Amino acid sequence: MSQAQSSAIGSREVLRLSVNGQDRELLVKPYTTLMEVLREDLRLTGTKHGCEAGECGACTVLIDGVPKVSCLVLPAQAEGTTVTTIEGVANGSTLHPVQQAFMDAGAVQCGYCTPGMVLTAKALLDTNPTPSEGEIKQALAGNLCRCTGYVGIVEAVLHAAEAGRALA
Amino acid sequence: MTMTTTQPDPRLIPDGDLRIVGKPLPRVDAVGKLTGATAYADDIELPGTLFVKILRSPHPHARVLSIDTSSALSMTGVAAVITGSDLPTKYGIMPTTQDEQALENEKVRFVGDPVAAVAAVDEETALAACRAIRVEYQPLEAIESIEQALLMPSDEPIHDDYAGPGNIHRLAALEFGDVDEGFTKAEHIREDVFFFEGNTHLAMEQHSATATYVGDQLTLWSSTQTPHYVHRALSKVLDLPMGHIRVVAAAIGGGFGGKCDPFSHEMVVCRLAMLTGRPVKCTLTREEVFYAHRGRHPVLMWVRTGVDKDGKILAMHFRTALDGGAYGSYGPASTLYTGALQTTTYNIPAYRFEGVRVFTNKAPCGPKRGHGTPQPRFALEVHLDKIAQEIGLDPVELRRRNYVKPHTRTVNQLRITSCGIEEVTDRVVQASGFADRIRRPGHGMGFAVSSYMCGAGLPIYWNKMPHSECVLQVSRGGVTLFCGATDIGQGSDSVLATVAAEELGLWPTDIRLVTGDTGFAPVDLGSYSSRVTFMAGNAALMAARKMRGILVGVAAEQMGCSPSEVEVCDGKIGELAFEDAAVLAQERFGVLSTHGTYTPPSDLGGSFRGAGVGPSPAYSYSAAVVDLDVDPRSGEIHLNKVWLAHDIGRSINSLAVKGQVEGGVYMGLGEVMGEAQAYRGGLHKGPSMLDYRSLTFLEMPEVDTILVETLDPEGPYGAKEVGQGPLLPVIPAVASAVHDALGVWVDEVPVTPDKILRALDDLAKGRQGRFGPKSFPVVPYPTMYKVALPDAAPTKL
Repeated sequence: MSQAQSSAIGSREVLRLSVNGQDRELLVKPYTTLMEVLREDLRLTGTKHGCEAGECGACTVLIDGVPKVSCLVLPAQAEGTTVTTIEGVANGSTLHPVQQAFMDAGAVQCGYCTPGMVLTAKALLDTNPTPSEGEIKQALAGNLCRCTGYVGIVEAVLHAAEAGRALA
Repeated sequence: MTMTTTQPDPRLIPDGDLRIVGKPLPRVDAVGKLTGATAYADDIELPGTLFVKILRSPHPHARVLSIDTSSALSMTGVAAVITGSDLPTKYGIMPTTQDEQALENEKVRFVGDPVAAVAAVDEETALAACRAIRVEYQPLEAIESIEQALLMPSDEPIHDDYAGPGNIHRLAALEFGDVDEGFTKAEHIREDVFFFEGNTHLAMEQHSATATYVGDQLTLWSSTQTPHYVHRALSKVLDLPMGHIRVVAAAIGGGFGGKCDPFSHEMVVCRLAMLTGRPVKCTLTREEVFYAHRGRHPVLMWVRTGVDKDGKILAMHFRTALDGGAYGSYGPASTLYTGALQTTTYNIPAYRFEGVRVFTNKAPCGPKRGHGTPQPRFALEVHLDKIAQEIGLDPVELRRRNYVKPHTRTVNQLRITSCGIEEVTDRVVQASGFADRIRRPGHGMGFAVSSYMCGAGLPIYWNKMPHSECVLQVSRGGVTLFCGATDIGQGSDSVLATVAAEELGLWPTDIRLVTGDTGFAPVDLGSYSSRVTFMAGNAALMAARKMRGILVGVAAEQMGCSPSEVEVCDGKIGELAFEDAAVLAQERFGVLSTHGTYTPPSDLGGSFRGAGVGPSPAYSYSAAVVDLDVDPRSGEIHLNKVWLAHDIGRSINSLAVKGQVEGGVYMGLGEVMGEAQAYRGGLHKGPSMLDYRSLTFLEMPEVDTILVETLDPEGPYGAKEVGQGPLLPVIPAVASAVHDALGVWVDEVPVTPDKILRALDDLAKGRQGRFGPKSFPVVPYPTMYKVALPDAAPTKL
């Protein structure tokens, strides 16, 4: 399909960023979202898409440690940043304490919101290791979940915070 | 209680002997989902994939006069364009609803109805090509409401495949017992009218499908809850033998009933894969998912009940009118479900049900969590509250006087076995302090009960295959369980692994699972009607016990003892490590394979027309108390707490059960607080996750989950369902709590602030203090079919 391939080539620009600890250099269309870059160019499909309009939080990644919906981030905004996706959270095959807490509290059902939830919770605990239940709900309010009723997720983040305190 | 010989008897297992069943264990699929490793359908991308966009109707109702795809076809990057002439065969989930074409080329029936599809090198190109397709439409009168659909259409009916009249899809009129006599004897009679607006599943994952066609073998990976039914529909539409089609349910990002139908995009990617020889993929946008819908039907309801002086129900007459949207889907079943399960909570000695489903020019409705029963449950529970108030009886007491008893048959011939309705009532009332509640201004509490099926007693199409089958294979020491059941997030993979592990002395993560795959796993009808734990769980139990027997036999021989002396636990079969026992058995018999099946007993319901909807091998029971505050100036509800007691039979995994209860409570609260699939001029009022008002962390209240174990005589280890039941009582309990708080009734779901304020305004004007539909439309119901009472019916027991 040589005829077909040519159509995909429009104007492209270089995007340099660090993803899960590795420096990456990519050629991308200027209007491609970071979510598409992660999922389609880097095949990091743990970043989920649920709406592509910044409404559901499923595509949340950490940009310089701050949770952002990657479907609303354009390459120019991601240039030079440090991005953490769900694939970069565990330490090898050892789950991060937030992931472990989600597993133990039954905070995962269909799992589609889980990457965004874990990353948002991790960012919260990185900046506030002892959040109240109210602070947890506020921090995660932009991430929708249709399975759990959020109850198990709040419990998981509280447990993760406790586990973090025990380590400290 | 008769047991068929093939069903395992959970009573053989003493309560304390279960090692892992019932424990709050992590899900077997948790690590993959927590690390991003799990592949959902949209995460599958094969080399050389073409991407599909579907052109959809902008009109709610129109004739298609012509479709010109020539410009689209000539565009660079476009591999193929198809229309209805490439997929002319009609399909639908039920044998009686074969009314959809994957691409419509004669007529469109809702905004979003698919008309043409483009496969191109990327989505952007496919979308541009879709825009280049010229379709000439002749708009027709759009039908937008139940009332309008009941009039004769000014242009033409939406469908000509059905008998009508007009836009009527399905009618039902059934009577059990002597209803007129019951009303004659009644001391007190009350009538109410209710409306339940439609709403949608809003699974986080958008539907996605990828197909390949290589060497006469078609493979489809899809976000589907029902791979078996998709398999059948593909065979029909593509005219391919079943043996040349493999449907794989990928990991599913939430279903709730929204991925139970065979869908247009599934047919389209398969046809395009066959045409192009390339992998072809289509992922719906969020807006397309809102129009794919198949969600909760809007239902108008009228109910009349007669009670004696003690509040005992003597007769009930229940009428429903369902807005089905544009296609049949599960509609005939949905219609009957609005009348079937009133009798599984209350002993109604004489019961009359009349139902109608109409077509409208809106996205097709279908099954959503509770399928056709949350709407009448809302109406029934609020109606009983009103009766209790009128006759001066406590609402809980009124219900208690009418509760069904275990091991009985309802007036509509449904077999009730284990039944924890008394216990779940006691537990929520006690835990919440409902009886002694002290109210502050604007504060209210509401109570309601419900029940739900543990799997439909009959398949969607007539066949005599088992409803579920499992094959367990042990090879080189490893265990693999094959089952068609599909984990949609509810945890069915974990249930199957737990059952197998319990029987084989292993841990759930020791069991490799091949599920939801029609190419490799035996049949399971799918993840709907809360059937998987009960049916696939029983099939897995049977297969696992056979395997255990083989391994124990070999170990006993090796140990020189009798099989009854061989203990199976902690990775050991007697003195042998599991792997050693397995290898020893394989040396003797070759690869080890056992098979388990589940077919429901044949005597679950009646044999009248319509009796196929409602029967189930068991019913779960739930009771809820909701505590809330309402601001009488703004009408805003603040949810404080929900207590939900659920008769689970027995938990296979108590952590997963708790999660399902909490999720069901959440979804019920969302429906009553504001979720609505509402339309204006054929367009969805808000097809986005921002406009569609689901609850966030901030609105979700505390949930106290109370599990009651009644050990069902036929469930695996006594287990029953939890996926759907706990949603049901939450909705009426909120409406009841609002009444408790402000003294007004909102007889319409969702119970939004504007409706509360209108009801308060009504009260201030000295009227009833009610917001809701004023009347029920005139429906040409057919002649009442009087069904003989169970006593007179031929019994197969």
